[in-house]
Amino acid sequence: MPPQKCAARGGPPPPSAPSYATVSEVVLKIIKHYHEEGQGSEVVQGVLLGLVVEDRLEITNCFPFPQHTEEDADFDEVQYQMEMMRSLRHVNIDHLHVGWYQSTYYGSFVSRALLDSQFSYQHAIEESVVLIYDPIKTAQGSLSLKAYRLTPKLMEICKEKDFTPEGLKKASIAYENMFEEVPIIIKNSHLINVLMWELEEKSAVSDKQELLNLSSSNHLEKSLQLLMDRVDDMTQDIVKYNTYSRNLSKQQQQKHQYLQRRQQENAQRQSRGEPSLPEEDITKMFKPPQAPPRMDTLLIAGQINTYCQNIKEFTSQNLGKLFMAEALQGHSS
Amino acid sequence: MSVYGPIVKIHPVVFASIVDSYERRNEGACRVIGTLLGTIDKHTVEVTNCFSVPHNESEDEVAVDMEFAKNMYELHKKVSPSEVIVGWYATGYDITEHSVLIHEYYSREAQNPIHLTVDTALQSGRMNIRAYVSAQMGVPGKTVGVMFTPLTTKYVYYDTERIGVDLLHRTRNIPSRTNGLTTDLEQVGSAASRIQEMLTTVLSYTEDVLSGKIAADNTVGRFLMDLVNKVPKITAEDFESMLNSNINVRETFFFFFLHNDIYLNFLSDFEDESCSRLGSTDPFSFICSSSLHGAPPQAS
Repeated sequence: MPPQKCAARGGPPPPSAPSYATVSEVVLKIIKHYHEEGQGSEVVQGVLLGLVVEDRLEITNCFPFPQHTEEDADFDEVQYQMEMMRSLRHVNIDHLHVGWYQSTYYGSFVSRALLDSQFSYQHAIEESVVLIYDPIKTAQGSLSLKAYRLTPKLMEICKEKDFTPEGLKKASIAYENMFEEVPIIIKNSHLINVLMWELEEKSAVSDKQELLNLSSSNHLEKSLQLLMDRVDDMTQDIVKYNTYSRNLSKQQQQKHQYLQRRQQENAQRQSRGEPSLPEEDITKMFKPPQAPPRMDTLLIAGQINTYCQNIKEFTSQNLGKLFMAEALQGHSS
Repeated sequence: MSVYGPIVKIHPVVFASIVDSYERRNEGACRVIGTLLGTIDKHTVEVTNCFSVPHNESEDEVAVDMEFAKNMYELHKKVSPSEVIVGWYATGYDITEHSVLIHEYYSREAQNPIHLTVDTALQSGRMNIRAYVSAQMGVPGKTVGVMFTPLTTKYVYYDTERIGVDLLHRTRNIPSRTNGLTTDLEQVGSAASRIQEMLTTVLSYTEDVLSGKIAADNTVGRFLMDLVNKVPKITAEDFESMLNSNINVRETFFFFFLHNDIYLNFLSDFEDESCSRLGSTDPFSFICSSSLHGAPPQAS
């Protein structure tokens, strides 16, 4: 059943959209993987395993991918994956590849690489999804795990590889129709619930309430920095497109003039009784300039959108916290 | 052969894995075993990962797929080269004779392996989690035996893990055992209510002590003193100004980013039309420069 489109702004999804259930183990494994291997701004990636149940995708396990290092030039990714999946099959773990996960740095994940990978996954398995884990946002107090897939429109465009302006206009794709976010629910078995009770009893209450932390300008600064970089990229792209259009229109004018001159000359010659000049191939003389591919602009716009969403969420939380602090202060004074 | 101090630190991801592999066990198998991976410190062992190993157990014999275990360990090492085999786990309540054999094998792989038992069958009414190390006992030269001495287990979390686990805890109270990820203000609300609960508990305790219902405890009193002293003392005016400046900044950005959506739309239309008419004006840089200099953008 093809999924319904839901806007990437994160509005309420239509009731028949597929949802994605994941299990505690996956969540914990992703967190651990990032924490141990992904310090700094490197992304960590891994594969999601699970099965498709009616209109839902259940993610039941995952395994991490090693980082790309220079020394392991002979490291065969495909082989690693095959071996891992074969071994997991022995222990009855679902071995259907249903997607992949990636960590992100302050929300920057909309890139060509992601698009290509997700396209190849979705081409093979329609329901597949990419889980984006934001460790920095998580460290601020709440688990940030989002699932995205490409909209059917974008899939078509990627299939045809037609990234010219006309192609994109035909498909009427805007930056908001690129990715659709799908809701995640966490499903736990009874036994895991028992485990949770056991863990809660034995472990000490956390002494860090990160969510209520008021100081956050560092985070805001970083996000804005990234946003400004993206906007710079965007402007460069626009300048390129501007030059292209200007060149194109100039060329049109030149062609027009040339044709007119030709006609005039031909008319003159005819009036003098001479044979008219042969028609030359216009297109060979005026080669049209190369249209710049618009996919990058779309990606940049999508990325800017994601940044804005994140910052919006972040600032709304902070406003709430600040008003709470104000109320408390007013109370006591 | 060094004997560890009595503490083993375990991460929650290990337990989730163990429970999951128990749920997926083959028919007829009453327990599952697997390898524990982690790091060894001078006095403590920290268990951070695990994987299950297929095995067959009957009355008289036990067969463990060692090839598989070695393979998996190699694969895992490619991702986290710092993890080593620190022991093995088994589900179930007791330590059987087969455990001794398996433990012997693991002694070859790791120095003084840890044996972890997780009672997934809930035989004692709860999920007992115990860790053991083996020690030789008996008369040397004659009958020697192996004794499993219990160790203390401690559950440790990375910060992000704790936050993840807090979210996972919430599935306990919902009958369908499912839980969505909440949105921004809801989270702040729930964190605030948690703090409120804690404060109520502390307040009721102090009131009881004051009214004489409970005997005063000095350690608790000292903690309360620390708590009260931690509240920073700022005058009301300073606080107001700090608060207001923060709110202003954030309100500016909040509305700026709301407008951003509109401008992005404008931008995409801008490209669709033939842009030869338009010069090099770029609405984006105008907006950015104006708002970053402090003046909020005009509502479009």
